[in-house]
Amino acid sequence: MNARYGMVIDLDRCTGCGSCMIACAAENNVPALPQATARTGITPVLVRKVSNGAEGSVRREAFIPIMCMHCEHDTPCVKVCPQQAVEVDKATGIVMQMPQRCLGCRYCMTACPYHARYFNWWDPAWPTGMEKSLNPGVAVRMRGVVEKCNLCHARLHAAKEKAAALGKHEIDAAEYVPACVEACPTNAIHFGNLADPNDPVSIESRSPEAFRLLAKLGTEPKLYYRSKESWVRALAEPISAHSSEVQHG
Amino acid sequence: MASSVLTDSRWIARGAERTSLSRFLLWLAPWAALLAVGVYAAGLCLYHGLNQTNMDNRFAFGLWIFLDLGIIALGAGAFFTGFLVYILKRAELKPILNTAVVVGFICYSGAVAILMIDVGQPLRAWFTFWHPNTHSMLTEVTFCISCYLLVLSLEYIPILLRNRQLRKLPSFLVFEHQLHKLVPVLAGVGTLLSFFHQGSLGGLYGVLRGRPFAFRNGIFIWPSTFFLFILSAIATGPSFLMLIVATVEKVTGRKLVPQELYRRLGFISGLLLAIYVAAKSVDTLIWLNITSPSEGFAPWQFYIHKPFGTPILFAEIVVFGLLPAFLLSYRRMAAHRGWLLCGAAMACMGVLLNRFVLTVQTLAVPTLPFDEFLSYIPSWQEVASFAGVIAYGVILYSLSYRYLTLFPKGDETHVSGN
Repeated sequence: MNARYGMVIDLDRCTGCGSCMIACAAENNVPALPQATARTGITPVLVRKVSNGAEGSVRREAFIPIMCMHCEHDTPCVKVCPQQAVEVDKATGIVMQMPQRCLGCRYCMTACPYHARYFNWWDPAWPTGMEKSLNPGVAVRMRGVVEKCNLCHARLHAAKEKAAALGKHEIDAAEYVPACVEACPTNAIHFGNLADPNDPVSIESRSPEAFRLLAKLGTEPKLYYRSKESWVRALAEPISAHSSEVQHG
Repeated sequence: MASSVLTDSRWIARGAERTSLSRFLLWLAPWAALLAVGVYAAGLCLYHGLNQTNMDNRFAFGLWIFLDLGIIALGAGAFFTGFLVYILKRAELKPILNTAVVVGFICYSGAVAILMIDVGQPLRAWFTFWHPNTHSMLTEVTFCISCYLLVLSLEYIPILLRNRQLRKLPSFLVFEHQLHKLVPVLAGVGTLLSFFHQGSLGGLYGVLRGRPFAFRNGIFIWPSTFFLFILSAIATGPSFLMLIVATVEKVTGRKLVPQELYRRLGFISGLLLAIYVAAKSVDTLIWLNITSPSEGFAPWQFYIHKPFGTPILFAEIVVFGLLPAFLLSYRRMAAHRGWLLCGAAMACMGVLLNRFVLTVQTLAVPTLPFDEFLSYIPSWQEVASFAGVIAYGVILYSLSYRYLTLFPKGDETHVSGN
């Protein structure tokens, strides 16, 4: 049976520490560019701070990690890419980006309502010596192509290889966990197979506290959020009085 | 010997009066300088990458896409004039046909050049032909624009080969004659290709479900912006041609086409503009009341960010739509050259404003509930690259006007001492 990998992020547990951002960057060989700004840097996971818009004692704040939502239906980026550099993997439900085929036209970035796609504005570079810490399982992306979260696809490959070596057809769920999930100190990010109704993440996604951003667009994102706070759940609606600022971890 | 070096009269059409070579070179000099700056800026972008621009991950499209969409709309006069002359047999428009081809070639070749700088990996441009995603509007745009540029080149070559010196070569003469016979066919092919790419450029934004400000429902696979772009392009193409011819007349001091032709172009432009304004108004009402609310967005929230308030919508539909349509098509107003050209200029500004709104405002307005309105100012490299394209256009048109026969010789009457 095909999987539909997805996440549920418990926003009540997220402290905005940014560990997920760091883990993602380290796992996926995201370059460390001092010249990059908040709008030109590559942050496949970006923790944003939101508030209820009130001031004083009634003010409430929360942190919301934004990444590719791996839209299931009418996937905006897949539809627009002129040369099929983006596709939804039918076996996993992961929206895959192929940097080696990307033209760098950035039409997919324009199409993404979540601003979860990033362009390599510069040649990838690391401070001297830091290149020795690069992950050998992940190819570095060149200047002029788009990238995004691929749910640590290299880890899925590794899990598949391990399963194959053991003569198994299916991977062990515990063997495939994205870096951000692993790194979260408060266990706020839960990862699993949404196609399996008994998977804890699948069950959690059906909770009344769960919601998805811009769900009315009909793109069926596979990234869910949950919160007990009604003002946080109101983020599901595009019209809101919330204010935000980017949290750099 | 010395005089033959300093004069180019052998290359100028027999009987055509042109200014001296030195004055012509003086005219070209500042444009050549601007072109050099543009080439340098484009070189920086190609060598160092798009970090030379002020685009970013949120403003992934910027000045270049806006102006590309703008000049392609203005260049629509080329295919539309060919369509009117060869398909609808409107022979009275023939005097501007060559100018329409040259202007169209400049607009499209300039747009393609800028697009090649605008992509992160220009050497992979062929991937779109090799791995085409048939669902992408950009694939349709790439195919149609490439093919249409080829068609425009084939239409331009006969004009080029009719040059006084080039036609002395028998093989060129035969080639020109054979190509000329193909021109009506090329006009038909060009019309088909242009119809689709003008529409696809509109569809480029209209299909973006994730950008509710631009997203539109439509007919079959095409959003309404597909049809609005075609309509607005064919409405303003003739106006742009009018402005070009009027400018050339002013600069050269010659009367190149009869005033009646201006009025004819104005009437066509005005009539189509009026139809466009009506269609655009209906489309806006549908978007305000049905499309945007169904996506969960109250349309008013897109207009609360200054300077993109409702006045820009009013300007687009009324000031630069309805008003120029009236100036161009109302006989009494169109009888005055000043009002006619004013209407043409406003129509062109209107189409540019429409492209600006669709490209820039779409990216500036928030989509997520906690997004903020964003601004973007292009870098000097972006501005200079495009200025280089304008300079290229002026230079190519100037050379074409001087050495080729763009207007019927009988129409070129001397007005001033230039």
